[in-house]
Amino acid sequence: MRVFRILGRNIRDSFKSVFRNFSLSMASISSITITLLVVSISIVLSYNVNNFAVLVEKDVTIVAFIENEATDEELKQIEEQINTLQNVESYEFQSKEDITNDMIKSSDIFKNIMEGWSLDENPIQNTFLVKVTDIEKIGDTATLIGEMENVAVVKYGEGMVEQLVKVFEVVEKISLIMVASLILVTAFLISNTIKITIFSRKTEIGIMRLVGASNLNIKIPFILEGLFLGILGSIIPIIITSYGYMALFKNFNGQLFSPFIKLIDPSPFVYYVSGVLILIGIFVGMIGSWRAVRKHLKI
Amino acid sequence: MDLINIRKAKKVYKTGVTAIYDLDLKIKKGEFVFIIGSTGCGKSTLIKMLYREEKPTSGQIIVGGIDVAKLKNSKVYKLRRQIGVVFQDFRLLEKSTVYENVAFALEIFGAPKDEIHKRVIKVLELVGLKNRLKSYPNQLSGGEQQRVAIARAIVNGPKLLICDEPTGNLDEETSSEIMDVLDEINKLGTTIIMVTHDRKIVKKMKKRVILLDAGRVLKDYEEGTYKNESI
Repeated sequence: MRVFRILGRNIRDSFKSVFRNFSLSMASISSITITLLVVSISIVLSYNVNNFAVLVEKDVTIVAFIENEATDEELKQIEEQINTLQNVESYEFQSKEDITNDMIKSSDIFKNIMEGWSLDENPIQNTFLVKVTDIEKIGDTATLIGEMENVAVVKYGEGMVEQLVKVFEVVEKISLIMVASLILVTAFLISNTIKITIFSRKTEIGIMRLVGASNLNIKIPFILEGLFLGILGSIIPIIITSYGYMALFKNFNGQLFSPFIKLIDPSPFVYYVSGVLILIGIFVGMIGSWRAVRKHLKI
Repeated sequence: MDLINIRKAKKVYKTGVTAIYDLDLKIKKGEFVFIIGSTGCGKSTLIKMLYREEKPTSGQIIVGGIDVAKLKNSKVYKLRRQIGVVFQDFRLLEKSTVYENVAFALEIFGAPKDEIHKRVIKVLELVGLKNRLKSYPNQLSGGEQQRVAIARAIVNGPKLLICDEPTGNLDEETSSEIMDVLDEINKLGTTIIMVTHDRKIVKKMKKRVILLDAGRVLKDYEEGTYKNESI
């Protein structure tokens, strides 16, 4: 009962304190707001780049062209061998007839040329389309497939894919480092702002000590105050991120510049980002206050 | 019974200045003691050690059964809850009302709301400020602010009330009113130690007077024996 009474009073006092020290609170809140905005933009950017990378990686396919002499039996053998490969996520067989028919359907020019071909004249080959789980090992998998009997040629966009993977890896690392360091910088900036605001309340802490408040008695209201500042500071970034991103998504129809670059669907993405922002705000606000008060308790 | 027992207390500041030399002093429960002396004689250091704002360099200081020299920083609050302190500059929470300033000292113990209300009203009545509950410190006169500080210092019924020049900022009439309040509190059983420069007050009150000089007790006047001395 006593503990709840004390906690209740702490919550009430810290809430009051936010408003009674309004100008100082505003300093902390706006510093949280600005830094969280930057954090939020970098989270949105890096997640979208990542998402784009994942989508592109999913699109990369190994195409294995099979010798025309291969019998049905041999085709089955190849299929079984592909099936046993570890890095294969899925595969699809396209017979030369299917491909020819698709191409004839797709354009009149193809139709005119290809309809004249007899079965033997048709240069199109039976193919396996293979998707891999780990794109970094696509080269090895392609080589393995190429070494199989009756496989004529294997193509997967060699060179380009490797480069793309490298670029994405770098982008991913850079964006991760950016988000992490931004959060650290935010924590530091905010905790310093709060430290300064609390410094101006040194007398208050002194009085609290004087009337017999234990260190915990003193710390808790300040830490709760930091929590409130964190929540208040994350409101504007959350609103801007959520509505801004939704508007952006709507405006560009979910894609940027070309259908190739797809944006992440706002729901539930913006909720996650909002959750992360409020958590960072709270964490950073509390840590800032705690660091600041601790300094004044070493008497 | 002794409430305060100081034996061979010595305080040397980091700057090398020795403020208190081998000081011995005993103060009984219920006493009203003035500590006087010229500036720099160690008055402030002495009372700061009593509420553990400063630690003695050597020697023993026992206040209400607690050995101040051995008290850990994190346990200081245990001592402070037995002691009320009043300063020349009042030290009130500027952004809290009179009621909140006094109630604060009880709230940290987690006392029930009704009890806090009862005790705060009672103590504000004692210092004559029952009708200023909702005022903020800057709306009060110096004398009134000091009364609030006294109310806050005694609201949890401390054994000891330490006053560091409580009348230093007040005019003669207001000082005399504050002294009446302190006398009243003393009569209710609280031991009071008061540092002052105001010899008129000391003479008028006819209490025990301790005269410090250069960190030592120069004279210890029994109740009513202090006359108009030169120091």
